[in-house]
Amino acid sequence: MKVILRHPRREVEVEGPLTVGTLLDRLDIVPESVLVIRGDELVTKDIRLSDEDTVEVRPVISGG
Amino acid sequence: MRCRVCRDRAAVEVRRHNAAFCREHFVEHVHRQVERTIHEFDMIRPGERLLIGVSGGKDSLALWHILTALGHRADGVYLDLGISDYSDESLELTRSFASERGLSLEVVDIKESYGFTIPEAASRTHRTACSACGLSKRYALNEAAVRGGYDVLVMGHNLDDEAATLMSNVLNWNVGYLGRQRPVLPAKPGFVKKIKPLLRVAERETAAYAVLQGIDYEVAECPLVAGNSLNRLKEWMVELEHRSPGALSQFVGGFVRDGSALFEEESNVDLHACQRCGRPTTGEVCAFCRLQLRATEAR
Repeated sequence: MKVILRHPRREVEVEGPLTVGTLLDRLDIVPESVLVIRGDELVTKDIRLSDEDTVEVRPVISGG
Repeated sequence: MRCRVCRDRAAVEVRRHNAAFCREHFVEHVHRQVERTIHEFDMIRPGERLLIGVSGGKDSLALWHILTALGHRADGVYLDLGISDYSDESLELTRSFASERGLSLEVVDIKESYGFTIPEAASRTHRTACSACGLSKRYALNEAAVRGGYDVLVMGHNLDDEAATLMSNVLNWNVGYLGRQRPVLPAKPGFVKKIKPLLRVAERETAAYAVLQGIDYEVAECPLVAGNSLNRLKEWMVELEHRSPGALSQFVGGFVRDGSALFEEESNVDLHACQRCGRPTTGEVCAFCRLQLRATEAR
Protein backbone atom coordinates (compact mmCIF):
# COMPACT_ATOMS: atom_id res chain seq x y z
CA MET A 1 0.00 0.00 0.00
CA LYS A 2 1.00 3.59 -0.44
CA VAL A 3 1.66 5.45 2.83
CA ILE A 4 1.94 9.24 2.78
CA LEU A 5 4.07 10.70 5.57
CA ARG A 6 4.55 14.37 6.49
CA HIS A 7 7.21 16.73 7.75
CA PRO A 8 8.65 16.43 5.18
CA ARG A 9 6.00 15.05 2.81
CA ARG A 10 7.08 11.69 1.37
CA GLU A 11 5.60 8.38 0.27
CA VAL A 12 6.63 4.88 1.24
CA GLU A 13 5.38 1.46 0.11
CA VAL A 14 4.38 -0.99 2.84
CA GLU A 15 3.27 -4.53 2.12
CA GLY A 16 -0.29 -5.35 3.21
CA PRO A 17 -2.64 -6.54 4.40
CA LEU A 18 -2.12 -5.32 7.93
CA THR A 19 -3.97 -3.35 10.59
CA VAL A 20 -3.49 0.37 11.23
CA GLY A 21 -1.97 -0.48 14.62
CA THR A 22 0.59 -2.82 13.04
CA LEU A 23 1.40 -0.25 10.35
CA LEU A 24 2.19 2.41 12.98
CA ASP A 25 4.18 -0.10 14.98
CA ARG A 26 6.20 -1.01 11.89
CA LEU A 27 6.86 2.66 11.13
CA ASP A 28 7.80 3.20 14.81
CA ILE A 29 5.15 5.91 15.22
CA VAL A 30 3.37 6.60 18.55
CA PRO A 31 -0.37 6.23 17.74
CA GLU A 32 -1.31 9.25 19.90
CA SER A 33 0.91 11.48 17.76
CA VAL A 34 -0.91 10.93 14.44
CA LEU A 35 -4.20 10.47 12.62
CA VAL A 36 -4.47 7.81 9.95
CA ILE A 37 -6.63 8.91 7.03
CA ARG A 38 -7.90 6.65 4.23
CA GLY A 39 -9.71 8.60 1.52
CA ASP A 40 -11.90 10.97 3.48
CA GLU A 41 -12.27 8.82 6.58
CA LEU A 42 -10.31 8.41 9.81
CA VAL A 43 -9.41 4.83 10.60
CA THR A 44 -8.87 3.32 14.05
CA LYS A 45 -6.02 0.97 14.95
CA ASP A 46 -8.04 -2.23 14.44
CA ILE A 47 -8.94 -1.48 10.80
CA ARG A 48 -7.34 -3.81 8.27
CA LEU A 49 -5.63 -2.09 5.35
CA SER A 50 -5.17 -3.83 2.00
CA ASP A 51 -2.36 -3.59 -0.54
CA GLU A 52 -4.55 -1.38 -2.74
CA ASP A 53 -5.11 1.26 -0.05
CA THR A 54 -3.52 4.69 0.09
CA VAL A 55 -3.31 6.09 3.61
CA GLU A 56 -1.98 9.32 5.03
CA VAL A 57 -0.27 9.27 8.41
CA ARG A 58 -0.76 12.86 9.55
CA PRO A 59 1.16 14.19 12.57
CA VAL A 60 -0.93 16.15 15.05
CA ILE A 61 1.77 17.78 17.16
CA SER A 62 2.38 21.35 16.14
CA GLY A 63 4.21 24.28 17.63
CA GLY A 64 2.96 27.68 18.21
CA MET B 1 -13.94 -0.72 17.03
CA ARG B 2 -17.47 0.54 17.66
CA CYS B 3 -18.92 3.90 18.70
CA ARG B 4 -19.70 3.95 22.42
CA VAL B 5 -23.01 5.68 21.73
CA CYS B 6 -24.54 4.11 18.59
CA ARG B 7 -22.32 1.02 17.95
CA ASP B 8 -21.57 2.15 14.36
CA ARG B 9 -17.98 1.85 13.14
CA ALA B 10 -15.81 4.23 15.16
CA ALA B 11 -13.75 7.00 13.56
CA VAL B 12 -11.78 8.10 16.62
CA GLU B 13 -10.59 6.26 19.72
CA VAL B 14 -10.23 8.34 22.91
CA ARG B 15 -8.24 6.03 25.13
CA ARG B 16 -8.23 8.24 28.22
CA HIS B 17 -12.03 8.02 28.27
CA ASN B 18 -11.87 4.32 27.42
CA ALA B 19 -14.14 5.10 24.48
CA ALA B 20 -14.41 5.34 20.71
CA PHE B 21 -16.85 7.43 18.70
CA CYS B 22 -18.30 7.61 15.19
CA ARG B 23 -18.05 10.96 13.41
CA GLU B 24 -21.36 12.32 14.68
CA HIS B 25 -20.84 11.31 18.31
CA PHE B 26 -17.19 12.40 18.36
CA VAL B 27 -18.28 15.89 17.28
CA GLU B 28 -20.90 15.84 20.04
CA HIS B 29 -18.28 14.65 22.55
CA VAL B 30 -15.91 17.53 21.68
CA HIS B 31 -18.70 20.08 21.85
CA ARG B 32 -19.67 18.75 25.28
CA GLN B 33 -16.08 18.99 26.56
CA VAL B 34 -15.75 22.60 25.40
CA GLU B 35 -19.18 23.62 26.69
CA ARG B 36 -18.40 22.08 30.08
CA THR B 37 -15.07 23.95 30.26
CA ILE B 38 -16.68 27.28 29.33
CA HIS B 39 -19.37 26.76 31.95
CA GLU B 40 -17.13 25.43 34.75
CA PHE B 41 -14.69 28.33 34.56
CA ASP B 42 -17.34 30.95 33.79
CA MET B 43 -15.35 31.86 30.66
CA ILE B 44 -18.03 33.71 28.70
CA ARG B 45 -20.75 35.91 30.17
CA PRO B 46 -23.83 37.09 28.28
CA GLY B 47 -23.20 40.13 26.11
CA GLU B 48 -19.41 39.81 26.09
CA ARG B 49 -17.72 40.42 22.73
CA LEU B 50 -15.29 37.66 21.74
CA LEU B 51 -12.16 37.86 19.61
CA ILE B 52 -10.38 34.62 18.71
CA GLY B 53 -6.73 34.48 17.66
CA VAL B 54 -6.58 32.29 14.55
CA SER B 55 -3.44 30.97 12.89
CA GLY B 56 -4.80 28.74 10.13
CA GLY B 57 -3.84 25.70 12.20
CA LYS B 58 -6.19 22.97 13.39
CA ASP B 59 -6.65 24.17 16.99
CA SER B 60 -7.77 27.74 16.37
CA LEU B 61 -9.92 26.92 13.34
CA ALA B 62 -11.54 23.96 15.12
CA LEU B 63 -12.23 26.16 18.14
CA TRP B 64 -13.74 28.91 16.00
CA HIS B 65 -15.98 26.27 14.42
CA ILE B 66 -16.95 24.84 17.84
CA LEU B 67 -17.74 28.25 19.36
CA THR B 68 -19.96 29.08 16.40
CA ALA B 69 -21.71 25.71 16.68
CA LEU B 70 -22.30 26.35 20.40
CA GLY B 71 -23.88 29.71 19.60
CA HIS B 72 -20.99 31.95 20.65
CA ARG B 73 -20.36 34.63 18.03
CA ALA B 74 -16.63 35.35 17.79
CA ASP B 75 -14.68 37.57 15.42
CA GLY B 76 -11.23 36.39 14.33
CA VAL B 77 -7.83 38.04 14.20
CA TYR B 78 -4.96 36.63 12.16
CA LEU B 79 -1.40 37.82 12.74
CA ASP B 80 0.72 37.81 9.59
CA LEU B 81 4.11 36.98 11.11
CA GLY B 82 6.02 37.33 7.84
CA ILE B 83 7.24 33.72 7.75
CA SER B 84 7.43 33.51 3.94
CA ASP B 85 5.14 31.02 2.12
CA TYR B 86 4.02 29.50 5.42
CA SER B 87 2.34 32.75 6.54
CA ASP B 88 0.81 33.34 3.09
CA GLU B 89 -0.67 29.84 2.95
CA SER B 90 -1.96 30.00 6.55
CA LEU B 91 -3.62 33.36 5.83
CA GLU B 92 -5.29 31.97 2.71
CA LEU B 93 -6.70 29.00 4.65
CA THR B 94 -7.94 31.30 7.43
CA ARG B 95 -9.55 33.70 4.95
CA SER B 96 -11.34 30.83 3.17
CA PHE B 97 -12.55 29.40 6.50
CA ALA B 98 -13.98 32.76 7.59
CA SER B 99 -15.58 33.70 4.27
CA GLU B 100 -17.21 30.27 3.81
CA ARG B 101 -18.92 30.71 7.19
CA GLY B 102 -19.63 34.42 7.03
CA LEU B 103 -17.30 35.16 9.96
CA SER B 104 -15.50 38.45 10.45
CA LEU B 105 -11.69 38.35 10.22
CA GLU B 106 -9.13 41.09 10.89
CA VAL B 107 -5.62 40.62 9.52
CA VAL B 108 -2.75 42.31 11.35
CA ASP B 109 0.52 42.42 9.40
CA ILE B 110 3.16 42.70 12.14
CA LYS B 111 5.71 44.17 9.70
CA GLU B 112 3.30 47.00 8.89
CA SER B 113 2.10 47.43 12.47
CA TYR B 114 5.33 46.93 14.43
CA GLY B 115 8.13 47.18 11.83
CA PHE B 116 9.55 43.65 11.86
CA THR B 117 8.82 40.08 10.83
CA ILE B 118 9.51 37.09 13.09
CA PRO B 119 12.53 35.92 11.03
CA GLU B 120 13.94 39.47 11.29
CA ALA B 121 13.33 39.56 15.05
CA ALA B 122 15.03 36.19 15.48
CA SER B 123 18.10 37.19 13.49
CA ARG B 124 18.49 40.62 15.10
CA THR B 125 17.93 39.75 18.76
CA HIS B 126 19.16 37.09 21.18
CA ARG B 127 15.73 35.42 21.20
CA THR B 128 14.87 32.22 19.32
CA ALA B 129 12.21 32.53 16.58
CA CYS B 130 9.62 30.76 18.78
CA SER B 131 10.34 33.03 21.75
CA ALA B 132 10.10 36.20 19.60
CA CYS B 133 6.94 34.81 17.99
CA GLY B 134 5.26 33.93 21.30
CA LEU B 135 6.02 37.34 22.81
CA SER B 136 4.84 39.17 19.68
CA LYS B 137 1.64 37.12 19.45
CA ARG B 138 0.72 37.73 23.12
CA TYR B 139 1.26 41.47 22.68
CA ALA B 140 -0.35 41.92 19.26
CA LEU B 141 -3.41 39.78 20.04
CA ASN B 142 -4.10 41.72 23.24
CA GLU B 143 -3.58 44.98 21.33
CA ALA B 144 -6.09 43.89 18.67
CA ALA B 145 -8.63 42.96 21.35
CA VAL B 146 -8.19 46.27 23.23
CA ARG B 147 -8.32 48.30 19.99
CA GLY B 148 -11.48 46.52 18.82
CA GLY B 149 -13.26 46.96 22.17
CA TYR B 150 -13.54 43.21 22.79
CA ASP B 151 -14.17 41.78 26.28
CA VAL B 152 -12.63 38.34 25.76
CA LEU B 153 -9.61 37.06 23.85
CA VAL B 154 -10.09 33.38 22.99
CA MET B 155 -6.99 31.23 22.59
CA GLY B 156 -6.73 27.80 20.94
CA HIS B 157 -4.36 26.16 23.44
CA ASN B 158 -5.28 22.49 23.78
CA LEU B 159 -4.66 19.94 26.54
CA ASP B 160 -1.25 18.94 25.15
CA ASP B 161 -0.16 22.59 24.89
CA GLU B 162 -1.13 23.19 28.50
CA ALA B 163 0.55 19.98 29.69
CA ALA B 164 3.81 20.83 27.89
CA THR B 165 3.79 24.42 29.18
CA LEU B 166 3.08 23.18 32.71
CA MET B 167 5.90 20.64 32.50
CA SER B 168 8.26 23.30 31.17
CA ASN B 169 7.30 25.67 33.99
CA VAL B 170 7.81 22.90 36.57
CA LEU B 171 11.12 21.76 35.10
CA ASN B 172 12.37 25.35 35.30
CA TRP B 173 10.42 26.23 38.49
CA ASN B 174 9.02 29.36 36.89
CA VAL B 175 6.77 30.04 39.88
CA GLY B 176 5.50 33.34 38.45
CA TYR B 177 4.44 31.60 35.23
CA LEU B 178 2.85 28.76 37.24
CA GLY B 179 0.73 31.34 39.04
CA ARG B 180 -0.45 32.72 35.72
CA GLN B 181 -1.14 29.41 33.97
CA ARG B 182 -4.92 29.32 34.34
CA PRO B 183 -7.89 28.54 32.05
CA VAL B 184 -9.07 32.14 32.52
CA LEU B 185 -6.85 35.16 33.01
CA PRO B 186 -9.17 37.90 34.25
CA ALA B 187 -9.13 41.33 32.65
CA LYS B 188 -6.72 43.86 34.18
CA PRO B 189 -6.06 47.44 33.20
CA GLY B 190 -4.46 47.18 29.74
CA PHE B 191 -5.33 43.49 29.29
CA VAL B 192 -8.57 41.90 28.15
CA LYS B 193 -9.77 38.64 29.69
CA LYS B 194 -8.07 35.64 28.11
CA ILE B 195 -9.69 32.18 27.97
CA LYS B 196 -8.65 28.68 26.85
CA PRO B 197 -11.78 26.64 26.07
CA LEU B 198 -9.81 23.68 24.57
CA LEU B 199 -8.29 22.84 27.96
CA ARG B 200 -9.96 19.40 27.97
CA VAL B 201 -9.46 18.58 24.28
CA ALA B 202 -6.25 16.76 23.35
CA GLU B 203 -4.22 17.83 20.32
CA ARG B 204 -5.09 14.63 18.46
CA GLU B 205 -8.76 15.32 19.10
CA THR B 206 -8.68 18.87 17.68
CA ALA B 207 -6.97 17.45 14.58
CA ALA B 208 -9.57 14.67 14.30
CA TYR B 209 -12.37 17.21 14.79
CA ALA B 210 -10.97 19.41 12.01
CA VAL B 211 -10.69 16.47 9.59
CA LEU B 212 -14.16 15.15 10.41
CA GLN B 213 -15.72 18.61 10.00
CA GLY B 214 -13.99 19.15 6.65
CA ILE B 215 -11.91 22.06 7.95
CA ASP B 216 -9.01 22.75 5.61
CA TYR B 217 -6.13 23.69 7.94
CA GLU B 218 -2.39 24.25 7.63
CA VAL B 219 -0.88 20.79 7.98
CA ALA B 220 2.69 21.89 7.27
CA GLU B 221 4.83 22.72 10.28
CA CYS B 222 6.22 26.22 10.74
CA PRO B 223 9.67 26.25 9.07
CA LEU B 224 11.16 28.03 12.10
CA VAL B 225 9.99 25.51 14.71
CA ALA B 226 12.91 23.04 14.41
CA GLY B 227 14.45 22.43 17.82
CA ASN B 228 11.62 24.14 19.72
CA SER B 229 11.90 22.92 23.32
CA LEU B 230 8.14 22.97 23.94
CA ASN B 231 7.59 20.75 20.90
CA ARG B 232 10.18 18.29 22.22
CA LEU B 233 8.28 18.23 25.51
CA LYS B 234 5.03 17.63 23.63
CA GLU B 235 6.53 14.64 21.82
CA TRP B 236 7.67 13.27 25.15
CA MET B 237 4.26 13.82 26.72
CA VAL B 238 2.48 12.07 23.85
CA GLU B 239 4.69 9.07 24.60
CA LEU B 240 3.66 9.33 28.26
CA GLU B 241 -0.02 9.52 27.27
CA HIS B 242 0.44 6.45 25.06
CA ARG B 243 1.88 4.43 27.95
CA SER B 244 -0.53 5.84 30.52
CA PRO B 245 -3.80 7.09 28.96
CA GLY B 246 -5.22 10.00 30.95
CA ALA B 247 -1.85 11.12 32.32
CA LEU B 248 -2.01 14.55 30.65
CA SER B 249 -5.54 15.36 31.71
CA GLN B 250 -4.70 14.31 35.28
CA PHE B 251 -1.56 16.45 35.24
CA VAL B 252 -3.30 19.57 33.87
CA GLY B 253 -6.66 18.98 35.58
CA GLY B 254 -5.01 18.42 38.96
CA PHE B 255 -2.90 21.55 38.57
CA VAL B 256 -5.90 23.69 37.66
CA ARG B 257 -7.94 22.25 40.56
CA ASP B 258 -5.36 22.05 43.33
CA GLY B 259 -2.01 23.38 42.18
CA SER B 260 -2.28 26.77 40.56
CA ALA B 261 -3.70 28.52 43.65
CA LEU B 262 -0.48 27.63 45.51
CA PHE B 263 1.43 29.88 43.12
CA GLU B 264 -1.07 32.71 42.88
CA GLU B 265 0.89 35.01 45.17
CA GLU B 266 3.98 34.55 43.01
CA SER B 267 2.09 35.99 40.05
CA ASN B 268 1.04 39.12 41.96
CA VAL B 269 3.76 41.45 40.81
CA ASP B 270 3.74 45.24 40.76
CA LEU B 271 2.85 46.48 37.30
CA HIS B 272 3.20 49.96 35.92
CA ALA B 273 2.95 51.53 32.49
CA CYS B 274 5.68 50.77 29.94
CA GLN B 275 7.53 54.05 29.22
CA ARG B 276 7.21 53.38 25.50
CA CYS B 277 3.80 51.86 24.79
CA GLY B 278 1.94 52.39 28.06
CA ARG B 279 0.98 48.72 28.49
CA PRO B 280 1.46 47.23 31.98
CA THR B 281 4.92 45.80 32.67
CA THR B 282 7.22 44.96 35.57
CA GLY B 283 10.19 46.88 34.13
CA GLU B 284 10.57 50.38 32.74
CA VAL B 285 10.18 49.23 29.14
CA CYS B 286 8.12 46.09 28.41
CA ALA B 287 9.64 42.95 26.86
CA PHE B 288 7.81 43.49 23.57
CA CYS B 289 9.05 47.06 23.18
CA ARG B 290 12.62 45.90 23.93
CA LEU B 291 12.22 43.23 21.22
CA GLN B 292 10.76 45.77 18.79
CA LEU B 293 13.59 48.27 19.44
CA ARG B 294 16.27 45.64 18.75
CA ALA B 295 14.45 44.16 15.75
CA THR B 296 13.95 47.52 14.04
CA GLU B 297 17.09 49.45 14.95
CA ALA B 298 19.15 50.73 11.99
CA ARG B 299 21.45 48.00 10.70
